[in-house]
Amino acid sequence: MTLGLIGICVFAPLLAAIASFTYRKNAYFLVLITSLLVVTAITFLTFLLHRDGSFIVALGGWVAPLGIQWRVDGFASLMLLITSIIAIAITLYAKDYFHREEQRQSFWPLWMILLAGLNALFLSNDLFNWYVTLELIGISAVALVTLANSSRADRAAFRYLLVSLLGSLCFLAGVALLYRAYGVLDIFLLEKVVTQNLNTTISLSLILAGLLLKSAIFPLHFWLAPAHSNAPAPVSALLSALVVKGSFYIILRIWFAISPEISSNLVAIGLSTIGIFAIFWGSLCALRTQRLKLLVAYSTVAQLGYFMLFFLLSMHAEIRQVAFGGVVYFIISHALAKSALFLGAGNIQKLAGHDKINQLQPFATQLPMTMFAFALAGASIMGLPPSGGFIAKWTVLNAALVSDQWYLVIVLIGGGLLSAAYIFRILKLAFHSQSSLDFYKTNSVISPTMQWVPLVLAMAAIALGFNAIPTLSLLEISSPFDYLHTNGESS
Amino acid sequence: MNIETIYFITGFVLFGLGFLGLIVRSHPLHRLLAINIMGVGIFMWLITTGFNPNATDSVPHALVLTGIVVAVSATAFALALVLRMYIRSYTEEADHL
Repeated sequence: MTLGLIGICVFAPLLAAIASFTYRKNAYFLVLITSLLVVTAITFLTFLLHRDGSFIVALGGWVAPLGIQWRVDGFASLMLLITSIIAIAITLYAKDYFHREEQRQSFWPLWMILLAGLNALFLSNDLFNWYVTLELIGISAVALVTLANSSRADRAAFRYLLVSLLGSLCFLAGVALLYRAYGVLDIFLLEKVVTQNLNTTISLSLILAGLLLKSAIFPLHFWLAPAHSNAPAPVSALLSALVVKGSFYIILRIWFAISPEISSNLVAIGLSTIGIFAIFWGSLCALRTQRLKLLVAYSTVAQLGYFMLFFLLSMHAEIRQVAFGGVVYFIISHALAKSALFLGAGNIQKLAGHDKINQLQPFATQLPMTMFAFALAGASIMGLPPSGGFIAKWTVLNAALVSDQWYLVIVLIGGGLLSAAYIFRILKLAFHSQSSLDFYKTNSVISPTMQWVPLVLAMAAIALGFNAIPTLSLLEISSPFDYLHTNGESS
Repeated sequence: MNIETIYFITGFVLFGLGFLGLIVRSHPLHRLLAINIMGVGIFMWLITTGFNPNATDSVPHALVLTGIVVAVSATAFALALVLRMYIRSYTEEADHL
């Protein structure tokens, strides 16, 4: 039963990728059915997880040292759930967004490979398996960026490809050194044998550097803005909402498994400091940029900074679980809000024919739902109550206060104000009415689905604010900290 | 110095050279080659890991094989992308004339 459900998450998209490449006429329905199948399977998995606790599946019956084990716990199932929800939204939106047949035909198979890679990444617990999924995700993501069909997008995509390959190679180099020292790849086996020495430090630094580069954490974020802003809107949404989270997920997993015992507090402080820089730098770039999609992309750089605050908070054992809840809430509410913003920006770009902010005319009468989606998703990005972003900030703030780290309050409030400032650069277009209301004659290029999808995503980001307790309790199912705790007692 | 160490150090040198090339060179093909050299360096590390005169560990061999498959497909894709960039830049130049 569980094997079948887990299998669907990865193999259904892979099969759909092949099928949608072969039967191009029905590609959209294939992809839509696959997305629905995946979301159903993951919902069932979450129910089973609630009932029975976490479970491990050994692929092909081969257990850990030699085989690959997939594991579903609260964190993995939450990431899978959010991925599958965004998957449906993107599928619906992309059908109407790509107006050229050949773009659509290349989009479906690549998108399904990306989905398979993401799902496999969230299920894996094996360092080499993660390398393979990272490459799968990286290459399909770069190929998706090139669908924009412009020389600017091609150059951004090539740079993104080099960065992505460099990141994976650094990761692989670290993995090779770890394997050389300990002879295991499974993260739970590694946790038991890893010790603190020079080799471990070097290999973990290589792994961390590779993953930070892939997650576009300041100052390694230079590739993100061109790649995310030049891609077609549904692809930008995928890259910002899901792809960067994939490599961050691995950082968190490795951190839970190996680092608390191995790394010094210095590493945690360093990581969080670059996070704080990321928040301010990303926000300032978003304030200064002249293009709408660049603004949304820089906002991702800033939001990724909040995730890094977790490392500082995780140094205090008593607030680890709270801080973990906070950072995961940041991840999922950002995924929903940012995909809504990028899809909304895609609508505006289609309507106006460009995305230069100072040349945009008020579009609220033509795209009322997009405007509303922007406002709601913006509220979540700023962290206004009662959105998901608010719960995330509140939880992190709580953890910061309990552990007497007052300066984090300044960071959170300052970051919130800056994000309000850049979100209002777009929202003010709704209120600014001196020019003609019907500047954009027609909105025939924007189908109702393209208007509804960002709005529903933005509403979901707000709805997360009302579902904090069930979501956070899901995270506690075989939480990585329980694991550490029981492990620590037994050893 | 035994043969394993020589291979390990060579792998390390290749990794470093590749990294240097990636940073210093600006031509897309040079950068792509540099990435491949870095990859080869890591594969050499992995192969020396499996080396043992008494009982060879075959897991690193499997990893290197997978790694080679990934590297070949990534390189093929990158080459296709470079080609597309060139064709596009030439046609754009032609449009300007």
